[in-house]
Amino acid sequence: MNKNPLIPKPHKIIGINRETDLESTFRIEMDTAPVMGQFYMVSIPRIGEMPISISGIGQGWIDMTIRNVGKVSQAVHFLDMESTLFLRGPYGNGFCLEEFKGQHLVIAAGGSGIAPVRPIVEYYYNNQHEIDKLDLLFGFKTPDAIMFGKDIKRWKERFKTILTVDDACGIWDGECVGLITGYVKDIKLSEYDRMDVIIIGPPVMIKFTAAEFIKRGVSEERIIVSMERRMSCGLGKCGHCKIGEHYICLDGPVFRYNDAFKMID
Amino acid sequence: MGWKFTNTAFNDLFAGLTEDYIILAPKRFVNRGRFSDTDLIRYDEVKKSDDIIWKEKSTFSPKEAVFPVTQTLFYFTEEAFREPQPEEKQYLVFLRPCDINGIRRPDTINLKNGPEPDSYYANLRKRVRFVMIECTESFDNCFCVSMKSNITSDYDMAVRLTDDKVLLEIKNDDFLRYIRSDIPKIEFRPEFVLENKIKVNVPEVDEMPAGVYEHEMWNEYKSRCIACGRCNTTCVTCTCHTTNDIFYDDNSLAGERRRTWASCHVDGFTDMAGGISFRKDNGSRMRFKVLHKIYDYRKRFGEHMCVGCGRCDDNCPEYISYSGCINTLNKVIRETVS
Ligand code: SF4
Ligand code: SF4
Ligand code: FES
Repeated sequence: MNKNPLIPKPHKIIGINRETDLESTFRIEMDTAPVMGQFYMVSIPRIGEMPISISGIGQGWIDMTIRNVGKVSQAVHFLDMESTLFLRGPYGNGFCLEEFKGQHLVIAAGGSGIAPVRPIVEYYYNNQHEIDKLDLLFGFKTPDAIMFGKDIKRWKERFKTILTVDDACGIWDGECVGLITGYVKDIKLSEYDRMDVIIIGPPVMIKFTAAEFIKRGVSEERIIVSMERRMSCGLGKCGHCKIGEHYICLDGPVFRYNDAFKMID
Repeated sequence: MGWKFTNTAFNDLFAGLTEDYIILAPKRFVNRGRFSDTDLIRYDEVKKSDDIIWKEKSTFSPKEAVFPVTQTLFYFTEEAFREPQPEEKQYLVFLRPCDINGIRRPDTINLKNGPEPDSYYANLRKRVRFVMIECTESFDNCFCVSMKSNITSDYDMAVRLTDDKVLLEIKNDDFLRYIRSDIPKIEFRPEFVLENKIKVNVPEVDEMPAGVYEHEMWNEYKSRCIACGRCNTTCVTCTCHTTNDIFYDDNSLAGERRRTWASCHVDGFTDMAGGISFRKDNGSRMRFKVLHKIYDYRKRFGEHMCVGCGRCDDNCPEYISYSGCINTLNKVIRETVS
């Protein structure tokens, strides 16, 4: 086989699930398991490449939830079952689940930031004994933007789950109005080193949500974020993802917040 | 070991070298320069010594020799990928000490950053040999001494040009066979520039004070910089690039994936699908570039990225002085720290 890391490999689409008007989850045949939090460069020849994080991992497959907002993603949304997607990766570091053993874990995700945390929640849904407690805090802009609705309903049975929608109320069972940041106070915190907080979402959401947790006494080292940046190579060469001395594709996308907050674009 | 050539004999040497090497050197393109009535000097193939511009600084750096502006990664046919035929050609590049030190930066990024070396870069790079052009007097805007890039020993041959003779040092014995037996041997060691008119105080801080990022010193560039990217394209150390796909007009099923130089000053560099982008104003792009050149890169790789060739200052259409900016930054840091 070809050893050139820039040449992608064909993978078959074995499932397509529409999440929202814009987002669909593609289940893709994959014989090696990536680490949760990593990403692939996904491409369609003659159209282009884009970085996509992993939104599900199973025996012989991975899920990728793709938002129809660019040239390549648009083309992907035209694909049917059994079509081929071209992938190279996985790239970047991921979440180290080992570190969460016995911990109280809080996951706060905004918008499509829920995609990369879905495999983590799913993992603890099936292995609840590995953590002390898991709290979920999900925020979406509108009711239409809610993704993984069925999963969330299921997770809710096992974990405290707060779902917020920026500007609507009452459409979805148990949902709250407003930004995620307003609901951080509803999470009961554990002692300093017994808890970890994962925050994923748009840059402003990360910043303000982290600030709320810090205000409540959670230290920066206990907060873990995943950063999204423009990526072209995924291999530390093209420079698009660089912030300060860090390359998000190599050193990230997952960072401890005590490192991440110092990184200024 | 050194040799002394007449100009004619030196041109003859080229005849021999061109049998095995493509020689790349600074060449003049009349009236093609940045400003009206100016010439463009850039790297191109030369066949004889007389074609080389010895006494002026080149507009563009020799970076193109190791890192082409556009490069095909592979071709698509229906469902298969085909890499370009591997090239075998050997290159001999005439360049100055700052540029030899400069090319170490693209080397580092492409060969050492990340899990594995870039195979395209590695494949071309190993076929490139350097002839150092002795540089004893600096040009406008040069500040190689401040950047400690005025001296190098990383070359295969070195050459000094005077009005009536050419002196050549050979460090790589592979080149001995091109020297005719009638060429007189002499002692020759190249000298280096030891002082520039422009001196830059590079801040040597371990942690950049947070205030620097938001400092008003960057505001000046918000409107002055027009985001043309010339400072990046002429820089010997800039390595950013973007990968794009194209398909052919006559057969839309066939096409290629290629990468092309990119510039952190130019709009779109950080754009993500969906509308999020970073560093929207040109002031923060200037800050990003300057800090990369003289701070971020050193934190990661242990030496500064910038080698002080001054080409960014030579070529900025808005006469923005990058070296001046570093000096201002140094002052700002000193004020912030104290
Ligand atoms: S930043 Fe300017 S002076 Fe430094 S290496 Fe690049 S072009 Fe030369
Ligand atoms: S600093 Fe000058 S050369 Fe560089 S992008 Fe701005 S205007 Fe162009
Ligand atoms: S994506 Fe190219 S350097 Fe990170």
